[in-house]
Amino acid sequence: MLDANSLAAIRLTIELSVLTTLILLVLGTPLAWWVARGRSRWRSPARALVSLPLVLPPSVLGFYLLVALGANGPLGQLTQALGWGTLAFTFWGLLIGSIIYSLPFVVQPLINAFESLGQRPLEAAATLRAGPLDAFWHVALPLARPGYLTGAVMGFAHTLGEFGVVLMIGGNIPGATRVISVQIYDHVEALEYAQAHWLAGGMLLFSFTVLLALHLTQARQRSP
Amino acid sequence: MPTTCQFDSKTGDGIAVRARVRHGTAFTLDVDLCLPGRGVSAVFGPSGCGKTTLLRCVAGLTRPAPGRVVVNGDTWHDDGAGVWRPTHRRPLGLVFQEASLFDHLTVQGNLDFGLKRVPAAERRVALAQAVELLGIGPLLARRPANLSGGERQRVAIARALATSPRLLLLDEPLASLDAARKAELLPYFERLSRELGIPMLYVTHSLDEVARLADHLLLLEAGRLHALGPTAGLLARLDVALAHGDAAGTLIEGTVAALDAADHLMHVRFAGGVLQCVQAPGTPVRAPGQPLRLRVQARDVSLALSPAADTSILNVLPATVRSLADDGPAQVLVALDAGGAALLARVTRKSARALALAPGRRVFAQVKGVAVLD
Repeated sequence: MLDANSLAAIRLTIELSVLTTLILLVLGTPLAWWVARGRSRWRSPARALVSLPLVLPPSVLGFYLLVALGANGPLGQLTQALGWGTLAFTFWGLLIGSIIYSLPFVVQPLINAFESLGQRPLEAAATLRAGPLDAFWHVALPLARPGYLTGAVMGFAHTLGEFGVVLMIGGNIPGATRVISVQIYDHVEALEYAQAHWLAGGMLLFSFTVLLALHLTQARQRSP
Repeated sequence: MPTTCQFDSKTGDGIAVRARVRHGTAFTLDVDLCLPGRGVSAVFGPSGCGKTTLLRCVAGLTRPAPGRVVVNGDTWHDDGAGVWRPTHRRPLGLVFQEASLFDHLTVQGNLDFGLKRVPAAERRVALAQAVELLGIGPLLARRPANLSGGERQRVAIARALATSPRLLLLDEPLASLDAARKAELLPYFERLSRELGIPMLYVTHSLDEVARLADHLLLLEAGRLHALGPTAGLLARLDVALAHGDAAGTLIEGTVAALDAADHLMHVRFAGGVLQCVQAPGTPVRAPGQPLRLRVQARDVSLALSPAADTSILNVLPATVRSLADDGPAQVLVALDAGGAALLARVTRKSARALALAPGRRVFAQVKGVAVLD
């Protein structure tokens, strides 16, 4: 059914997607909070920057990342100074690329969730003796849960289907950077259509199922 | 500016609020006032007059500049002394116009939210007491989404009470409810002030709620203090715009003198004599000696120079005209003194001329309707 290469690609892809999603949920929370509720005049540029990966071709994103992560790039010099070598064409380089590539899919739902909260629940919490951090943990976060669910599902599903950025900065190293989408490409190049069918069909089915589950959950939350 | 606010000189109690809030170049609020430290003080005025802003300044949700808030000797905000306590460090309870319950928690969870955050030593209101007072025992396991508007508001009040506030702020707590729900909730507020002794600042634009609940009345107009004083006195003042609406009327405090079971009437003794009022069906039966608040609307009072013998009107009181004020092109508002109690009468300008109404003139006030408030 699935050959060793395909299985390795599946495992790698899932690892990459899970890590990317988790990191984005953690880093995206303060970013989304600041964009949604801050007073800085840098919020609008930040908002545009967050949605940039939606419209840029993955090759553009990948190109700049490659330059930045390379031996002479700023990130590359930093990682070398830290003794990690350069990250281009490694799993960690791929992870950085995925985080940027999937950023809007996680952060945008969080921004929406924090915006739709309004001021009132936090004011009510303050009148009930909850300080700002207390109110964030015990009121804002639980109320924003639908946003976290959407962000997690969208971020995971989107990272799963990443192709262009991977090719640019990760290449095609089995077990290290060869993800499902690249593996499908390889199968097709090698005219292994049966293998390509298994992987492509599996992706299609998985993505559809996940999105269907998300929409059903959202519909249930809207009409309790 | 008064540096101290001792409304009650014996106890030193009082609530001092100095607040200036700018919106662009205009002031939305500019007041410096002193309120009693106990009982219910109503903040009354048209929409946009700064009522809610005043409440938010006391709560610390809006920061006035300059500002000063001292509640019964406890300084919450004083720019002069560099004191600013954020909302969560002020021992207050706030009930918003919409209940603002936490949808992710049950009713019990909502009640516990504030309670958990108050040190045990500072708890003076038992949660069970608040639950009982507001009749929400059967709702504890429910989610806020499954409650009616009146139920949500009762839970919000209990949630605020559970923190044992030293001041309860209410921002038009009944405004989003229909008449039936309002009637259901009003008695709870009356019990709150009577049984728990927590001072309340009650924002409203309903004269009805003012008459029923407020001991003290604060009138705001375009962000400035218009008048401040005991409710009964302010309601009867002709120079206060309050007297000139359709709902104009006065408040009379009395005690039940006797019950006329045969005719379902109640005799209430007050400063100016005795008023007979209808015992509305379904209202609690009063005991003689019980204190009572009555409301007499200006449109229900007519005037005569001699007591009419053959009239259907039960209550005819001798009174003296204190002052008159125009009330539109055809009508005049007459302020009366009935043995120390204030009454208002709305009569036509033509009648006022025919009766030669002027300050000092002795008349008979024929009171057609008396509302029993509590």
